[in-house]
Amino acid sequence: MFYREAGQYKTTYQSDMAIFPLRQDRIGIIIILALAYVAVPLMASDFILKTIMLPFLALVLAVVGLNILTGYTGLISLGTAAFMGVGAYACYKLTTIFPDVNILIWILVSGFFSAAIGVVFGLPSLRIKGLYLAVATLAAQFFLQWAFVRIPWLYNYNPSGAIEVPLRTVFGVPVTGPTAAIEVKYLIALTFVVVLTWVASNIVHGRIGRSWMAVRDMDIAAQLMGIKLLEAKLLAFAVSSFYCGVSGALFVFIYLGGAEAGTEFGIRLSFIILFAVIIGGLGSMIGSFFGAGFIVALPTILKFGLPAIGIAITGAIAEKIVVMVIGALTIYLLIVEPHGLARLWQIAKQKLRVWPFPY
Amino acid sequence: MTDVTLTTRKPFLGEGQRNGLIAGGALALFIAALVVATQTGTITRNDWTYKIFVDPFVSMVDMPDLLVQTVWEGFVAGVLYSLIALGFVLIFKASGVFNFAQGIMVVFAALSLVGFYEFLTLTVGMPPGFIAAIVALAGAVGIMFVLAVAVERIVLRPLVNQPDIIMLMATVGLTYFLIGFGEYIFGGSPKVMITSQLGLPTGSTMLDFAGGRINIQHLDVAAAIIAAVMIAVLGFFFQYTRIGRALRAVADSHKAALSVGISLNQIWVIVWFTAGIVALFTGIMWGARSDVSFALEIIALKALPVLIVGGFTSIPGAIVGGLIIGIGEKIGEFYWGPLLGGGIESWLAYIIALMFLMFRPQGLFGDKIIERI
Repeated sequence: MFYREAGQYKTTYQSDMAIFPLRQDRIGIIIILALAYVAVPLMASDFILKTIMLPFLALVLAVVGLNILTGYTGLISLGTAAFMGVGAYACYKLTTIFPDVNILIWILVSGFFSAAIGVVFGLPSLRIKGLYLAVATLAAQFFLQWAFVRIPWLYNYNPSGAIEVPLRTVFGVPVTGPTAAIEVKYLIALTFVVVLTWVASNIVHGRIGRSWMAVRDMDIAAQLMGIKLLEAKLLAFAVSSFYCGVSGALFVFIYLGGAEAGTEFGIRLSFIILFAVIIGGLGSMIGSFFGAGFIVALPTILKFGLPAIGIAITGAIAEKIVVMVIGALTIYLLIVEPHGLARLWQIAKQKLRVWPFPY
Repeated sequence: MTDVTLTTRKPFLGEGQRNGLIAGGALALFIAALVVATQTGTITRNDWTYKIFVDPFVSMVDMPDLLVQTVWEGFVAGVLYSLIALGFVLIFKASGVFNFAQGIMVVFAALSLVGFYEFLTLTVGMPPGFIAAIVALAGAVGIMFVLAVAVERIVLRPLVNQPDIIMLMATVGLTYFLIGFGEYIFGGSPKVMITSQLGLPTGSTMLDFAGGRINIQHLDVAAAIIAAVMIAVLGFFFQYTRIGRALRAVADSHKAALSVGISLNQIWVIVWFTAGIVALFTGIMWGARSDVSFALEIIALKALPVLIVGGFTSIPGAIVGGLIIGIGEKIGEFYWGPLLGGGIESWLAYIIALMFLMFRPQGLFGDKIIERI
């Protein structure tokens, strides 16, 4: 009814290729941004900001990063959490060595460290692919996790082996550390997510993104068409790891406020992020947001939602039930919609476009 | 008719042989250079080159008993890796599914065995001992069968023909489900495997060897023997029985197997059941060495580099790969680990596997990967 494209003529190539071709979509994205920037910090309780919004914003960048690698380039990686860890530790080292530099710059720069490591561990992708590559990326996961524990220089020889986020201010306002206001943290994470998603969206819609998708669809054919596999694959690893690194830095500096060596960035996190990519939809930006939202919200909803509807579960059993339900729900979602939540979103938009007629 | 065959002269050596020769020559030169450098005193004991390239080999020769002990421990660990990898290979061959849940199936099988035994002795009131253990074993086999049927019905059948990554993710989902379910039913605390009740030997023997002593656990010997017997039985089953032939047919081509009347669904149940039984035996062995808990999950991940070395589709590959990884990792940890601060076992296996991948992307025994456009 209100979601119609009638009367919106595309007169230039640019407008035809626009990411949001419909006026309603453009209005929608502005409303969502306005809500996220103004309404959420004003209205939402600290609990929602702390348990849902901050982890969501931190993880969504990792999901976007893995989606670039797995969804757009077709290279399966199980080392995401380790690359996030590289970002977190790089940011920690940088800000303790140079405490006067703006922390926001270091969060961004730590992504480049992660990208460099990602390129090194991406080298095997030139020779192997598919599930063999997935297993090979586990080497990165375990090696880096070991390094986080065994190299004390990384956590400044802290006897507990953990990294603690120091207090850092931007223009006099504390943004990290225990005294920072949660709304400030939220706005900073949100800005990172919005800007980096905009960049990622432009990359995947451009020449580089098209070459990645060609590699995904068939790498030999892509090579015959003149795409350099070495550059395309390593660039995918670099960009993906960059996003994971920034995500890891945000995860520790904005959300957790400190991390135990080697436990936060374990293999389980890698799987959870891969799960988010697949549930959200491989090769879809909006899907990354759905997937990240799903994995962050699900445990909270199960933990607090089940008792609310009368199914009483105690703390210890709740953990087990949550793990069990996540597993069952994974399988269920894969069966009903292997293309992920992004496909459901597409179907819903299509239905809305022709509503009230069936087609 | 004289036939003119268009043959090119065979080169003196194949490409692989030539590369091998070059690599071997380079290695020999390197070793010779090291020996000369050490003898002439260019490299002293405190140089890192000495510590990495010379010292471990010197101590290997000096203390052969320690070397044999390390190799034996690596061998036993390798046998167990092989068994986990075997479960992967069975399922991958027959259904093309990379079954990430195999490691959890090992834990789950072991837990259900111990849980059943406790149930029988404590609740039903059977006298503890061999008979109760055997009944519990039968019960655990039954549970693995139910699991196989359930997986085929609920997971595999609706997901048939989906891309690899979706199937992989489904088995990851299965992993989480089994972890939650297992902890919910059996509790999260580690359990003790019913080793002696099952009639497995305990205790150890000291052997005198080359001036030292080697400690050999009886259980490890039993594990190696049981693994060998199980692999032989599986080989016989695959080679000579009707179902085995059907399994091999399915592994070759799903479509061709379907067209001659082999039921894929039935085969999948059988294969998952077989993998479940392999998992049960692996679980008994692992459980007897440490204790039964979900911490085994991490060890089960070690079976993945074994698969890379051996190839996803080869049963001998799983065995050889397991032994290479097991022995390589123990030797690496023992002789080179201290240089890096220890604990390198957690990733050394993957690095070994990556090195194999650089030369053979399909693994030692895997099917050659042919790509067409």
